[in-house]
Amino acid sequence: MASQPAWMNSLFTHTGSSSFTEFLGAHAPNLLPTRAETLAAPVGDQIPHATTIVAATCAGGVVMAGDRRATSGNMISQRDMEKVFRADDYSCMGIAGTASTGIEVARLFRVELEHYEKTEGRSLSTEGKAHRLATMIRGNLAMAMQGLVVVPLFAAYDPAADSGRIFSYDVGGGPYEQHDFHSIGSGSIFARGALKKLYRPGASPQDTVLACLQSLYDAADDDSATGGPDVTRKIWPVVAVITADGFRRLPDEEVGEFVQSLLEARMTDPDGPTAPLR
Amino acid sequence: MSMPFGYASPEQIMRDRAEYARKGIARGRSVVVMQYADGILFVAPNPSKALHKISEIYDRIGFAAVGRYNEFESLRLAGIRYADINGYTFNRTDVTGRGLANLYAQQLGMIFTDSIKALEVEIVVAEVGDTAQDDQIFRLTFDGSVFDEQGMAVIGGQAEAVAGRLKERYSEGLELPQALDAALSALTEPGGERPPAGQLEVAVLDRGREHRKFLRLAGPRLERLLESAAAPTETPAAPESGEGAPPAPETGPPIAPDGDIDTGSAG
Repeated sequence: MASQPAWMNSLFTHTGSSSFTEFLGAHAPNLLPTRAETLAAPVGDQIPHATTIVAATCAGGVVMAGDRRATSGNMISQRDMEKVFRADDYSCMGIAGTASTGIEVARLFRVELEHYEKTEGRSLSTEGKAHRLATMIRGNLAMAMQGLVVVPLFAAYDPAADSGRIFSYDVGGGPYEQHDFHSIGSGSIFARGALKKLYRPGASPQDTVLACLQSLYDAADDDSATGGPDVTRKIWPVVAVITADGFRRLPDEEVGEFVQSLLEARMTDPDGPTAPLR
Repeated sequence: MSMPFGYASPEQIMRDRAEYARKGIARGRSVVVMQYADGILFVAPNPSKALHKISEIYDRIGFAAVGRYNEFESLRLAGIRYADINGYTFNRTDVTGRGLANLYAQQLGMIFTDSIKALEVEIVVAEVGDTAQDDQIFRLTFDGSVFDEQGMAVIGGQAEAVAGRLKERYSEGLELPQALDAALSALTEPGGERPPAGQLEVAVLDRGREHRKFLRLAGPRLERLLESAAAPTETPAAPESGEGAPPAPETGPPIAPDGDIDTGSAG
């Protein structure tokens, strides 16, 4: 028994809430993605950063898409990074900012939702999920001040409302519910501008996927840290669609078809589709 | 030579504890855990919709228990914590049924020797593998003994009688409706009436599922399954429900001393 980690003794006696994060914080705080130590010098520029994520609601659900580039300062540190993560059957999150912390937060968030579901025998409400994520991000505030900023975007299908919902965050937590569409990350200004003109309320999931891909293309067009579709390597954005049927990450072939049609149209019209003026 | 007042030999203490626990466990109804073609099937007669005897622990691991609800519920929660913290520390594939069975065995064994009262529970930890050969079913008793069961396990109630009936019907690679049929006929006393869908708790660990293999079968889905399970055995089942045989008043096994202990889960 002596060689067991300390949390082994707490497995049977812990009678706190159904939150996995709280259990971890009380019994194995070293495993939390957020750290209490402060850094000697900010390292934000040297650590890979994830960039642009967009999300938009569609008929009966929500779509989230993210580009694949990670940057360290002016270097491209990864071309095929994944920054849209399945959280549970009805929700997903995308991350922007420090990639390493973001991936850990996503992993913990998934366990958090599942842990609640298994212990309580029901899923957390959509608001409950959004609040839990806010607490995790708030826990990282000290590191954010040192340059390790991570900001998520949370999208979920809400069975109670039978529609998609989007929540955004800042470094201090949140959540801020966003209506219709939202984007985060370095290219978010350009992506949101494009999405504002391309978004159609109640559009089909397919049309909304295309609108999200168009806006990511526009972000990559103007932001050096956002990657466009990599035609030679066939690396396409990660696209997730969540409806009443659950979470579905579109396979690469399917996204490839969307990207091909997008690229063909841009060959003649490099700035992409235009919105009607009147 | 004279014994101090109130002395009981260690053998006597252990025997008494074991007997006490056995009585408590035999009071409820049996739970069946068995392999079928695509994974592992759990069947428990349970009138409660909220107080489960069967539960998901992790991606590939399921849990079934009989006995005192509060005691096995705390074991279940500990198992979920164990699995989640290990999966988070290492990787999701690094959580195993064997590790969980060992943890339970330690805890049950420690309580059996150290406490005045043993836990009145019997549990099954089942893990579904990529193939039927990789499936594992562990049965754990109140004293911390672990049994690596082959193909099927029955816990609680009149476990031996149920296991005997199940062995007659069981074979490797049964399809789900046939497996459910076998489990139900084992759980039903000869001449008794099968519990309706509302009185059953049924779940599977289906190796064909993505991410989490555990799936609860309830509502219309279970009813359809029960219909297809009953269809091929219509003829032998029919006379039992007819007026010829005296109707069995009690579907469960005989209840030992007035059962005021097992409140929540056992029906």
